[in-house]
Amino acid sequence: MKILVCISSVPDTTSKINFTSDKAALDKSGIQWVINPLDEFALSKAIQLQASQGATVTVINVGTDSEPVIRKALATGANDAVRVNLDPKDSFSTAKQIAAVAKEHGFDLVLCGKESIDYNGGAVPGMVAQLLGVPFVNAAVGLDITEGSATAVREIEGGKETISVQLPAVIAGQKGLVDEKDVIIPNIRGIMTARSKPLNVVEPSEAEAKVSAVSFESVPPRAQVKMVDAQNLDELVRLLNQEAKVI
Amino acid sequence: MAVFVYAENINGSYKKAAFEAVSYAKEIADQLQDTVTALAVNPTDPADKLYGYGATKVVNIQDEHLKSFSARAYAKALGEIADGNIVVFPHTTDASSIAPMFAVENGYALITNVLEAPSSTAPVTVKRKAFSGKGFMNAQAEGDKVVLTVSQNAFGTKENRVDGSEETRAMSIANEDTKVLSHEQSSGKLDLKEAEIVVSAGRGMKGPENWGMIEELAEVLGAATACSKPVSDIGWRPHSEHVGQTGKAIAPNLYIAVGISGAIQHLAGVNSSKTIVVINNDPEAPFFKSADYGVVGDALEIVPKLTEKIKALKG
Ligand SMILES: Cc1cc2nc3c(=O)[nH]c(=O)nc-3n(C[C@H](O)[C@H](O)[C@H](O)COP(=O)(O)OP(=O)(O)OC[C@H]3O[C@@H](n4cnc5c(N)ncnc54)[C@H](O)[C@@H]3O)c2cc1C
Ligand SMILES: Nc1ncnc2c1ncn2[C@@H]1O[C@H](COP(=O)(O)O)[C@@H](O)[C@H]1O
Repeated sequence: MKILVCISSVPDTTSKINFTSDKAALDKSGIQWVINPLDEFALSKAIQLQASQGATVTVINVGTDSEPVIRKALATGANDAVRVNLDPKDSFSTAKQIAAVAKEHGFDLVLCGKESIDYNGGAVPGMVAQLLGVPFVNAAVGLDITEGSATAVREIEGGKETISVQLPAVIAGQKGLVDEKDVIIPNIRGIMTARSKPLNVVEPSEAEAKVSAVSFESVPPRAQVKMVDAQNLDELVRLLNQEAKVI
Repeated sequence: MAVFVYAENINGSYKKAAFEAVSYAKEIADQLQDTVTALAVNPTDPADKLYGYGATKVVNIQDEHLKSFSARAYAKALGEIADGNIVVFPHTTDASSIAPMFAVENGYALITNVLEAPSSTAPVTVKRKAFSGKGFMNAQAEGDKVVLTVSQNAFGTKENRVDGSEETRAMSIANEDTKVLSHEQSSGKLDLKEAEIVVSAGRGMKGPENWGMIEELAEVLGAATACSKPVSDIGWRPHSEHVGQTGKAIAPNLYIAVGISGAIQHLAGVNSSKTIVVINNDPEAPFFKSADYGVVGDALEIVPKLTEKIKALKG
């Protein structure tokens, strides 16, 4: 079985987000780049399937300066990696690159994160599925593979649904896909071997972006907090009721 | 040509997110001097509910195959009807799974997680969420055809009654590659993403045995419950309650954070809340800097008292 894991390289979760002075882009100075945390669940699931099913795991990223993050993914145990040499412009052009590689190499399963925590698209996985003409399961919190099909548990509002889909399929995971304690953190040996694992750089196929970012805005700060004495909760209730008008 | 909108239902009843998406579509239609056509799959609620938010036409798709959900099959069904330049979806789990497939199949640009009505309709330019609540992006679609998914609790529902009519469309969409094996849903439980009020608690609660008071406070307020990441990691609460940068992002009118320190990853998921109350025994807890109201003290004492006071207010 061949698994393709799509990873996006994003600012570390502790990063303060600032924009360039013309507001046209993220100010990348001082930012540490990490594997999108939701993709870590997908990647760890793939490595579990590598052990249990003898699957081969290929990592893919569309990006120009993402090699360090791809090496981290290889250090968790992935077999090899592909980097499409293109600075992602929008979800559609990114999805097209991934779909092109998936088609060329033929995969049984494409695993993604549900959403990247930088641009919050939540769009690439579904687009890849449609471009490949295969089923798509979003928000997966559980996954098992048996002969030619996947049994996935997906989160729905107020519950869970267990579904079976034919392979090949695209599955976008989130927290719960593997337990937090089973998220693989690379060890020294993994990091050493990752250095010599194959990382194939491919040039992008034709890609038209359909959406562009015109400008970015920071979040305006909140007004000064009003402190209420713990002995005077009537005051808190009054403020919520009469000032904020939320209860 | 109409502005199309997908009106999602749950077991036949329209979701609040559907009314929000219809309200949003109506705002765009007004800008374009056009009308709204809503698409519903196997609804049992009357179409009249959607007229109430501005849908002039409701297409009621009846298809047995679509009783089990498949994003691909739903995208196909909607694609057979929606042929306008603008198609609006709510950003719920299901609709946000359908939208990318629909957009690719029918040649639309896709802008997800939009927060406001477009600032321009030619080309469509709209403010959307980015960096998990740490910023905003103004995105612009190339070309005329665009799908927008509306972030929940951002635009809000706006009643706007119009005279509407309903058309029933029988369909038979092949839905063979996906089989639903089981479906568990607690009915009557308020959905965290839709809730107007959320009571959330963190490690400061000491243990799962203390969550009864959080649930009681939530109950008197008609609120949903949430938690910080470590609380769901240790298993005190289910993953579905985890809010933050790597969990759910929410935007209720009121967010009450109990025993949560206010780490940057937590704030990212909740700072779109309109009003934030923080209860923490450490006056230096970072969360106070991002709150509207704060109380310093022991949550285990404060929460039950607050519940009583709110009960008294509500009579
Ligand atoms: C990659 C990554 C992603 C992350 N994503 C998220 C995310 O999405 N969401 C998230 O929440 N976190 C996330 N975190 C974790 C985050 O950094 C914090 O560790 C976490 O939010 C802390 O949870 P907490 O506030 O419940 O616990 P703590 O930090 O332990 O804080 C407990 C608080 O309770 C207070 N307290 C203690 N006793 C009492 C009492 N009796 N009464 C009142 N107050 C009391 C303390 O003063 C303290 O402020 C992430 C971390 C990483 C590394
Ligand atoms: N540049 C990229 N390269 C590879 N995979 C990506 C890229 N961007 C997004 N993805 C995948 O698509 C998922 C959803 O991303 P998005 O649609 O951008 O929110 C991510 O969690 C990744 O699995």
